[in-house]
Amino acid sequence: MSGIDRLSKTSDFKVVGTRPIRPDGIEKVTGRARFGADAVAPGMLIGLVLRSPHPHARIVSIDTAEAEALQGVKAIVTASDFGEVSQLHHDTLRNVMARDKVLYEGHALAAVAAIDKAVAKQALKLIKVDYEVLPHVTDVEKAIEPDAPLVNENLFTDGIDPKPDKPSNIAARSQFGHGDVEEGFAKADLIIEKSFKTEAAHQGYIEPHACLASFNSDGSAELWGCTQGHYLVRDTCAELLGIDVSRLRVTASEIGGGFGGKTVVYLEPVALALSRKAGHPVKMTMSRADVFKATGPTASSSMRVKIGITKEGRITAADAELYYQTGAYAGIFSQLGAMCAFACYGLENVRSVGYEVLANRPMQAAYRAPGAPIIAFAVESIVDELARAIDMDPLDFRLKNAAKKGDRASYGPVYPEIGLVQALQAAKEHPHYSAPAAANSGRGVAAGFWFNFGGLTCISLNVNIDGTVTVSSGRPDIGGSRASMCQIAAEELGVPYDNVRAIIADTSSLGFNDTTDGSRTTFANGIAIIEAARSAIADMCARAAKIWSIPEDAVVWENGAARPSGANAGDFEPMTIADLAGSAHKTGGPIAGHHEVNAEGAGVSFSVHIADVDVDQETGRVSVSRYTVVQDAGKAIHPDYVEGQYQGGAAQGIGWAINEGYFYGEDGKLQNPGFLDYRMPVASDLPMIDAKIIEIPNKGHPYGVRGVGETAIVPPLATIGNAVRSATGVRVPEVPMAPPVVLQAIEGAKESG
Amino acid sequence: MRYETPASLEDAVRLLSEETGIARILAGGTDVLVQLNTGLVEPDLVVDIKRLPGMADITAENGGYRIGAAVSCAQMNEHEGLCAMWPGVVEAADLIGSTQIQSRATIAGNLCNASPAADSVPALVAAGATAAIVGPGGRREMDVADISIGPGKTALEKAEIVESIFLPARQARSGDAYQRFIPRTEMDIAVVSVGINLTLDDNGACSAARVAVGAAAETVLLIPGAAAILIGSTFGSPPMDDLAQAVSDACRPIDDKRGTEAFRTRVAGVLARRVASLAFERARSSQ
Amino acid sequence: MTSVHVTTTINGDPAEFLCRPEETLLDVLRDRLGLTGTKEGCGSGDCGACSVMVDGRVVCSCLVLGAEAEGREIGTIEGMAEGDELHPLQQKFLEHAALQCGICTPGFLIAARALLEKNPDPTETEVRYWLAGNLCRCTGYDKIIRAVLDTAAEMRAS
Repeated sequence: MSGIDRLSKTSDFKVVGTRPIRPDGIEKVTGRARFGADAVAPGMLIGLVLRSPHPHARIVSIDTAEAEALQGVKAIVTASDFGEVSQLHHDTLRNVMARDKVLYEGHALAAVAAIDKAVAKQALKLIKVDYEVLPHVTDVEKAIEPDAPLVNENLFTDGIDPKPDKPSNIAARSQFGHGDVEEGFAKADLIIEKSFKTEAAHQGYIEPHACLASFNSDGSAELWGCTQGHYLVRDTCAELLGIDVSRLRVTASEIGGGFGGKTVVYLEPVALALSRKAGHPVKMTMSRADVFKATGPTASSSMRVKIGITKEGRITAADAELYYQTGAYAGIFSQLGAMCAFACYGLENVRSVGYEVLANRPMQAAYRAPGAPIIAFAVESIVDELARAIDMDPLDFRLKNAAKKGDRASYGPVYPEIGLVQALQAAKEHPHYSAPAAANSGRGVAAGFWFNFGGLTCISLNVNIDGTVTVSSGRPDIGGSRASMCQIAAEELGVPYDNVRAIIADTSSLGFNDTTDGSRTTFANGIAIIEAARSAIADMCARAAKIWSIPEDAVVWENGAARPSGANAGDFEPMTIADLAGSAHKTGGPIAGHHEVNAEGAGVSFSVHIADVDVDQETGRVSVSRYTVVQDAGKAIHPDYVEGQYQGGAAQGIGWAINEGYFYGEDGKLQNPGFLDYRMPVASDLPMIDAKIIEIPNKGHPYGVRGVGETAIVPPLATIGNAVRSATGVRVPEVPMAPPVVLQAIEGAKESG
Repeated sequence: MRYETPASLEDAVRLLSEETGIARILAGGTDVLVQLNTGLVEPDLVVDIKRLPGMADITAENGGYRIGAAVSCAQMNEHEGLCAMWPGVVEAADLIGSTQIQSRATIAGNLCNASPAADSVPALVAAGATAAIVGPGGRREMDVADISIGPGKTALEKAEIVESIFLPARQARSGDAYQRFIPRTEMDIAVVSVGINLTLDDNGACSAARVAVGAAAETVLLIPGAAAILIGSTFGSPPMDDLAQAVSDACRPIDDKRGTEAFRTRVAGVLARRVASLAFERARSSQ
Repeated sequence: MTSVHVTTTINGDPAEFLCRPEETLLDVLRDRLGLTGTKEGCGSGDCGACSVMVDGRVVCSCLVLGAEAEGREIGTIEGMAEGDELHPLQQKFLEHAALQCGICTPGFLIAARALLEKNPDPTETEVRYWLAGNLCRCTGYDKIIRAVLDTAAEMRAS
């Protein structure tokens, strides 16, 4: 936590905190909004990817001759069409197009551009690949066994001292915590230790990846596509294609969901390479099966958590060991998981160790608070058991141990003002918590944490000749952020919301912006918009001062107009933003404000959930009858969209808890790469989701905003698990809690009496 | 691929018998198009039967109903007479997929696609439904129970087309019901399913019964032993537990991503009890 | 390979196109007719993003061949508003914030309109089951269901 204090306003908002209609809504309800696959270009070719049918194999040779000779094929690329890149993009390059080895079923190894889809499909069939199939491993526990097939024969675990002399699938070890857990456990009256397993989930965005690339003969290029970060796409593709960053102009289309899964490139460099080779624009879209097989699901995991308490319910020590299966290339999510593990609690003795484990599966990508939901499942399940063991209300138990301002977080920093206690209190006071539980139903609660991030941000704010305002921002709008941006600008400038429009600029029109992730958009864009607006206001006041021939500090900005600060300053009629804009050409030229920042000071957020479930004890089927999210937003700019983040995150967590999971066969192939058998919640699966916003201002933001997009997915796995425990008396230490798993747990408990 | 819309059933049969490559009959397309889109099948010929005369009709016949092969599940659900006479069959057909799928899917297609987990088939088998088949050799009738012979395989000869499904007249004091187990509330393929059709005598005891289980073997299982347990019973506790056991014992399902062998076997018994109760209720309250 | 020539009606207007026999109606709408409001989410009828009306019933256009449109009446999202007047569902979706990324929205609107035309007074459960074939990953469905129920109430009142 940075100690930055930007807080300037916490009440008397006129536009912020209201619920206007989003400015980009009409296009979306009429089908006019253009998403990744909705663009066309003259002379456009269709590109398709050839993917490995094997989970692990050496590529002995690729023969594209026959495919190239097929009429209508204009270009074929393989790894040899991409040069080597820096260490930063080493894995990205290989994930985008395999060289030497394919590391998972679905790994791309060639691509074709042809005059239409049918020819491209035919061409893929004509590419001859000679594979030397290798043994594979997909399960995290098997991957860490000493004789496991190695995904990377040259991988020696990072973060272990001394460095191991044998390679393994464990890419890295990280450790967090403070105090002395052994001493802490020695003081405990009761210790509970359990192991848990979770299967991988996919973000499940309804829009498959899609892009349209157009390489020009002068070496410049344009790319259109759905992404959470078009600047990141630009910089990554520029390096992969070996061109200057300024030569590639990336335009972000509307995006049909991302949740972290579209912060990575897959098709984009391939489409560019094909376009460069073919001399024509190339459009590529992914099939749903390829999305599941070859983009970035979460880790699967095996975890062990141990917590000790006094008989009064105070935690004396907490210890966690997390093994996260990260796919074919290492990520950082076991580290994030280890950092988040005990973040909800103020602890003296805490330790968490994370291991990043490779397997022959697609490379993990971020999925809403990546790493956190998985470990929260384990920790919050044990917290639930501990509370039961001493007959204490589960919210009271958490209140007794909740992290507060001044506590050292288990991952290092000292907490400033945070909203966990308030969220727990609000959950306790919520009508859901005191509603009588229906017969045969169970109730569970859990808490969750996420850091939230800020990041590199550029905003340009232009006042148009009629006094309306355009905000140029650089983060794709994945959830309705345009509305919030307009509200913030309108609030600062004192103009009506409808007079402000926000656009998402392309990479050539605005400076660098980090991706739309880390729950940073409203936070970081918000800071920059406020600064840009204040800058424009200062400019407009200066112009008014000049017109009135009074000192600049005698002019104030109120309700969208410059006015003299008091009777002494002079008796001048206020000049509205429209007045000033209309005469701007006489007072110095166009009126604008801009701001570039590496926005720090993001506030952490906490979420507390309550779930009622019914369990059919004869079949193990779990259904959710009532669900409530209580979460600290710092300041909700647009409450509808904040509620939407809470509800959406909760729904994803519920799906993951009950039915979503990657199902691999013995052959290392994904058995459920489709929406039929990758079972996301449908409308009839869920009840209304009550979303309660509480606001404990984050000092790092002028209005107190905290990120809200991610934290809501952290508690649901444990909330559901705890509710199932309440309904059945049985603890299910596995996710998803699919019916066969739950039924087996129920029957197992009956047998052991 | 060629797409043909023949004007008569004879033309359709002729097109199919002349085709030397892979041919598919197209009714609702909710299975064929999925297979086409995923590349599972690349037919040389697709014969669309939806516009053939009578194919989209539900007609009363001999006290029962004849359902044309192009009748959608949505249409079946809207047919009052059919719903009243065979609620189990209609509720089974009603479970096939989403609203969008319901607008197109047909029970004939569901039957001929021959998935062991097809929703309409256990209910049709329990009802004793028959299919009218037209082919190069002329017309014939088959019990629906005999049509599917394994996953994706039917007993139909080349160029044979199911023209209609016939549901016989209902006996008095009869009721049918169908339930399937799925993990979500919708949109899943049945993990295991049970269809039961039964008739009561004047004393309210079961005088006839058919018990069919889906997704528990390569085809739907008709379980005479389970039916025998029901006959003579008035649905108190002992026969129901025995019924569940008999159904479970007859199951020989596979382990797959939708369910384990043990789970399917167990839940088949659970469903049998529930479906039998419902069928019994319907029989009691029917004429 | 011979193309099929199809004559049909789309959003009330006559339309003609050529397509390959294996092309789906979804492919035709998006790639041949430029009607990109209908979306492809899965190609297997499991997500409903491609929902359109065919002869008064809501279907997945990814499971209909383009050739099957011959002589039929097709309705897409582009025809839902009357000129610049939004359908009440479209307006309520905006008011209730029943969309976040918006990719599933056309499919939901088409399916919801079909529901209200068949059943003007659905219960929450009926709405949820009718729309079970339309996946949304952003909203958790809450605000969508509220928008549909609110629209139904408003349409009944007027």
